[in-house]
Amino acid sequence: MSILVDKQTRLLVQGLTGKEGSFHAEQMLAYGTNVVGGIVPGKGGQIWEHGLPLFNTVREGIAATGANASIIFVPPRFAADAILEAIGAALPLVVCITEGIPTFDMLKVKQFLKNNNTRLIGPNCPGLISPGKAKVGIMPGAIFREGKVGIISRSGTLTYEAAYQITRRGGGQSTCVGIGGDPIIGSSFIDLLKLFAEDDQTEAVVMIGEIGGTAEEEAAEYIKRDFSKPVVAFIAGLTAPPGRRMGHAGAIISGGKGTASEKIAALETAGVCVVKNPAEIGLALNL
Amino acid sequence: MKIHEYQAKAIFEKFGIKIPRGMPAFSKEEARVACDYIGYPCVIKAQIHAGGRGKGGGVRLANSPQEARQIIDSLFGKLLVTAQTGSEGIAVQRLLIEERVNIAREFYVGIAIDRREACPVMMVSTEGGVEIETVAREAPEKIIKEFATPGFSLADYQLRQLAFALGLNGNAFQKAVDLLKAVFNVFRRNDASLVELNPLILTAEGELLALDGKIVFDDNASYRHPEWKELQDLSSEEPSEVEAAQYGLNYIRLKGNVGCMVNGAGLAMATMDIIKHYGGEPANFLDVGGIASAATVANGFRLVLADTNVKGVLVNIFGGIVRCDRVANGIVEAVRNMDVKVPIVVRLEGTNATQAAEILSNAGLNFIIASDFADAAQKVVQAIQMEAQ
Repeated sequence: MSILVDKQTRLLVQGLTGKEGSFHAEQMLAYGTNVVGGIVPGKGGQIWEHGLPLFNTVREGIAATGANASIIFVPPRFAADAILEAIGAALPLVVCITEGIPTFDMLKVKQFLKNNNTRLIGPNCPGLISPGKAKVGIMPGAIFREGKVGIISRSGTLTYEAAYQITRRGGGQSTCVGIGGDPIIGSSFIDLLKLFAEDDQTEAVVMIGEIGGTAEEEAAEYIKRDFSKPVVAFIAGLTAPPGRRMGHAGAIISGGKGTASEKIAALETAGVCVVKNPAEIGLALNL
Repeated sequence: MKIHEYQAKAIFEKFGIKIPRGMPAFSKEEARVACDYIGYPCVIKAQIHAGGRGKGGGVRLANSPQEARQIIDSLFGKLLVTAQTGSEGIAVQRLLIEERVNIAREFYVGIAIDRREACPVMMVSTEGGVEIETVAREAPEKIIKEFATPGFSLADYQLRQLAFALGLNGNAFQKAVDLLKAVFNVFRRNDASLVELNPLILTAEGELLALDGKIVFDDNASYRHPEWKELQDLSSEEPSEVEAAQYGLNYIRLKGNVGCMVNGAGLAMATMDIIKHYGGEPANFLDVGGIASAATVANGFRLVLADTNVKGVLVNIFGGIVRCDRVANGIVEAVRNMDVKVPIVVRLEGTNATQAAEILSNAGLNFIIASDFADAAQKVVQAIQMEAQ
């Protein structure tokens, strides 16, 4: 089965004619994703250079194409509004790649999400991929292979690292989801764990966390209580100094909270296999 | 982005929060004049982007011009070491001179974003003037929290609950309610990620004053706050990190000897961790961005190698969509133009990784090629040990 994206996904690209949007839309098409159109306000009625229709609004795009998902490549200052537009048009799935959205803008987005049925992945994430079915993101498709491991990660390239370790050992992935490196994100570890719990194809899950916040601790509570599939985890930032933002807006130990060791301890208590060596994620899965 | 106490207090004042009478000073001469102007006794406070100043000797009382001169000489231009600065300390280039006030009670007031609830959370405590982390650890029940309601403001009843929790009544209670509302506005209107008044004091005369103040801005919102530019104090930051920011790179200097250059923040942290795992000490965090271009790689090398502690470099690039042969050419070009005396271990993964390895092997620059993540970390640690022998 896989989760969230597959052959049924009909994808709109918000910001299709920008440099990033255009490049990655081509890559997604090449992977076999069913990209059905682009949203670029003011360019409605035109055709994108690689042959997809453009629409002024998400609502128009859905009406014309039957789209059920969108991916957002819009600059930070307009990105929150692009998410709101997609929620307003009742798209079931919205993936926001943009890095650098102000936190207060995301708080507003979270309020809207509470009263709607849209699932948001990101922002500040690589998107998601169900290998062999659909890629809705910016990850290199070639390192993934269809299989039975689900991946949930706050980091982009570390997701690639984990997926590639699995692929190299002859395994594969059901769906890999980059949930994003910002403090306020659309979907949490728990949200995705719940979907993986219901997914027949997924037999084990890799969780990649990092310093900052308490999302990993919350996930540990949930796993202990309700999640029965095996989980392998890696937490980045054991060597990170406190009080410093490690690249991601959300990766910061503040007031002594959000350390890697606290997260590792919580996950281990929940019976999760936490690897201390990030090169051993694939190995720990025992494929 | 962090700003100084005197800058935070200037913002507080604009929002109606009372502060002690004070003046910032940017030279010893200015500081002496400021002390005379404020009058004695006065408080001399070092302005650096780190906490723990009181215990570190950065906040001192001067009872006379002579004492003031002595204190100014011992602080200004000198390195101040506090629990939060690291052992090397931070140079004091600005001072804040303030009147001494009569403290009756000390409180803590802070507001930040609660990630789990996805809304601002205001916290108060009767345990003011000490590190709030200590209170959180030892007496968490003494921190009272209120979460902002949808629409992101705190309702009046929530402000009253907080003010009552501080044990205030009468006139001081009403002042506290107004102050907490103002603190919320400081937070919201300035796109802050943290605002703290620690301590907020009740004076013997019944006034509520922000005796210390801290504001951290959300960097992502800088485009809509042109006024932040003037508040930035680059002299208070690590110079190599300022330089990195100009290149659009994320660089944080650490104390080890293994320099690293990685694409992606998570992988960069994991690279530091794996170096440590194999017995090395990372010299830095460096994320050259998801797509490692020739230019970013060259700038990255410049930063990493400028740190004289670095005895070896680990380049860990998960190429993915960007082709590895292009990254390899960027690395060769950068290293050829630099006088590199330390071993460089390179691990390139992704599209065209084989061609990339050939480019590096044939460059005649003594790169050590690694086959995977673990191999790379082991090789750089070994190479440094061999050089040391």
